[in-house]
Amino acid sequence: MSSGEKYVAAAYAVVLIAVLVWAAIIAAKLARLERETAELSDLARTRAASPPSEARLADG
Amino acid sequence: MLSAVAVALMALALVLVFFVAPVDADQGITQKIFYFHVPIALTAYACFGWGAWKALRLLWTRDDRYDLESYTAVHQGTIFGLLTLLTGSIWAKASWGRWWVWSEDQLVLFLVLFLFYCAYFMLRFSLEPGPGRERISAVYALFGVVLIPISFLAIRLSKNFIHPVVFTRHGPQMTHTMFAAFCVSWAAMLVLAYLMYRVELLGKRIDENLRELRATLSGA
Repeated sequence: MSSGEKYVAAAYAVVLIAVLVWAAIIAAKLARLERETAELSDLARTRAASPPSEARLADG
Repeated sequence: MLSAVAVALMALALVLVFFVAPVDADQGITQKIFYFHVPIALTAYACFGWGAWKALRLLWTRDDRYDLESYTAVHQGTIFGLLTLLTGSIWAKASWGRWWVWSEDQLVLFLVLFLFYCAYFMLRFSLEPGPGRERISAVYALFGVVLIPISFLAIRLSKNFIHPVVFTRHGPQMTHTMFAAFCVSWAAMLVLAYLMYRVELLGKRIDENLRELRATLSGA
């Protein structure tokens, strides 16, 4: 590989690496959003389930 | 769909650049950097311009959704700006034997533009979220767009330069296949930037909605 070819490969590799890093960051963010959505979903389910049981306790 | 178009255009651009466009008689193989370097720089300008347009819409309508759109566009522009500086430096080293030439107006003005937008983030994150931050960020993004034509025209205004001028008043100074490769590369970069913009914006909006939902559930 000539010196010129190495520079061309380096320039194109920089762009490829940048796109891959960006994709990795977005993938990490998606994983975090999925985790947070699951947490909020659990929280909402707990909230939805708690009023009837409280009501039953009050009746009893 | 958009991602498929981006991949297809990128693949076509690479085929045109490396298998169809002829090797430049003057610069040799290193001229191939041009096909990604210049489209990346033009895409960075487009992102900054898009960010300024969204900033103007924010100031005009006071609709806060434009704040996130303007911020995301400026963020994309900064990524493409960094790539312009990196690929440009590699090309400079290959062609001129130096990574950077301070006497070149085009290079220095692009660096100034890049640093100006880097400061946008410093300003934005030093302020409390709210309408005040949205308006100040929008005004800053609008000021930045003024630097774009100066940066673009610097090479034409400069009398003493070594940076190549490809697009002149007489049209592009290259063969038809070279110009086709350049156009496809630019289209690929624009679609890639738009795709990145849409994905990042979607992520930020979901993030914002989740934060609001968490606050609502915590307060309930």
